[in-house]
Amino acid sequence: MTSDEMTDRIRAAFPQAITGQNRFRDETSLSIQPDSIRVVCEFCKSTLGFNYLIDVSSVDHFGEEPRYEVVYELYSMRDAVHLRLKTTVSEDDARIPSVADLWPTADWHEREAYDMMGITFTGHPDLRRILMWDGYPYHPLRKDFPLQGKPSEMPGVAFTEVAPLAGGPFVTIPTDGTTQVREPRARHAGELPTREKFLSEP
Amino acid sequence: MSNSLSPVAYDGKIEGNVIFTQVDAAINWMRSNSLWPMPMGLACCAIELMAASSSRFDISRFGAEVMRFSPRQSDVMIVAGTVTYKMALAVKRIWDQMPEPKWCIAMGACASSGGMYRSYAVLQGIDHLIPVDVYISGCPPRPEALLDGLMRLQKKIMTEHALVDQKKELLESL
Repeated sequence: MTSDEMTDRIRAAFPQAITGQNRFRDETSLSIQPDSIRVVCEFCKSTLGFNYLIDVSSVDHFGEEPRYEVVYELYSMRDAVHLRLKTTVSEDDARIPSVADLWPTADWHEREAYDMMGITFTGHPDLRRILMWDGYPYHPLRKDFPLQGKPSEMPGVAFTEVAPLAGGPFVTIPTDGTTQVREPRARHAGELPTREKFLSEP
Repeated sequence: MSNSLSPVAYDGKIEGNVIFTQVDAAINWMRSNSLWPMPMGLACCAIELMAASSSRFDISRFGAEVMRFSPRQSDVMIVAGTVTYKMALAVKRIWDQMPEPKWCIAMGACASSGGMYRSYAVLQGIDHLIPVDVYISGCPPRPEALLDGLMRLQKKIMTEHALVDQKKELLESL
């Protein structure tokens, strides 16, 4: 089966569940209703033969509603077909059903999304933090979490302090300038450099 | 060199094997030439640490080849790599388990200052938690830099007044 035949079969089986479809460079992405993602995943695994889950990742669309997006990268070893499923998770009720019983690899991927983004996967067999320690109060990959971190204290386990940015952060910033403006060697925190400012500096 | 203690040895053929020196100098000489490192390898600096103990650079020429993976048996901790907050208290715990006298080498930019990781997850220098004797720059430092840091630590140990300090600590504890 090709990728198109697969998406047609998903569309035929769940006509109400699919809210969008995108094809870019021979990669197919399907947007799924949050309450249907579990049954669509079961259908993909059992009927379409997507026996490999490459990745589960999460995206923070800060300022939009629904805020979060969870992306599943599926692959069929038999047909050598990729398929990307996307679904949304609202900020007020950041929960989504787990698929760890379908693909065991989802166990750690969902733990990472829970740790970094704060999305709860209901039905997960062991939903603990995977990178930070149990008891760390924040979810660091959320857009409203500062890069330098926040202070926290958990006696005997770990603590965190605010990192000095000292002219940083050295991250790409959205601006209309050249590469030197977009990725400055140093800048003050909170300051957005412009083309004029870059050209005026020696 | 007014502060440092230099061992004075006299090994005459006629008198037999008699050596005159100060106790401090003898102890320091023994300590500095038989440093047993605790390799706290946490990131890529650990690869250079391994290279330093291999044949091309051969850290055993400086008496520090006995990498002990038990803190109870080591007396210099070489913190080689990025210390995350999750690992930081484990490093501190291992440091606390090392018997006195003990020294610490912060190897590389990350162990010295957090390096390029200005981030929520990384401790900004191991000296926030444990006292550091020698900082080695580099990302990662070459094995020669580690050997240079080790020689500087040896020089530092030679200036210590081991007996006086121990007596002072004993008196203060009483």
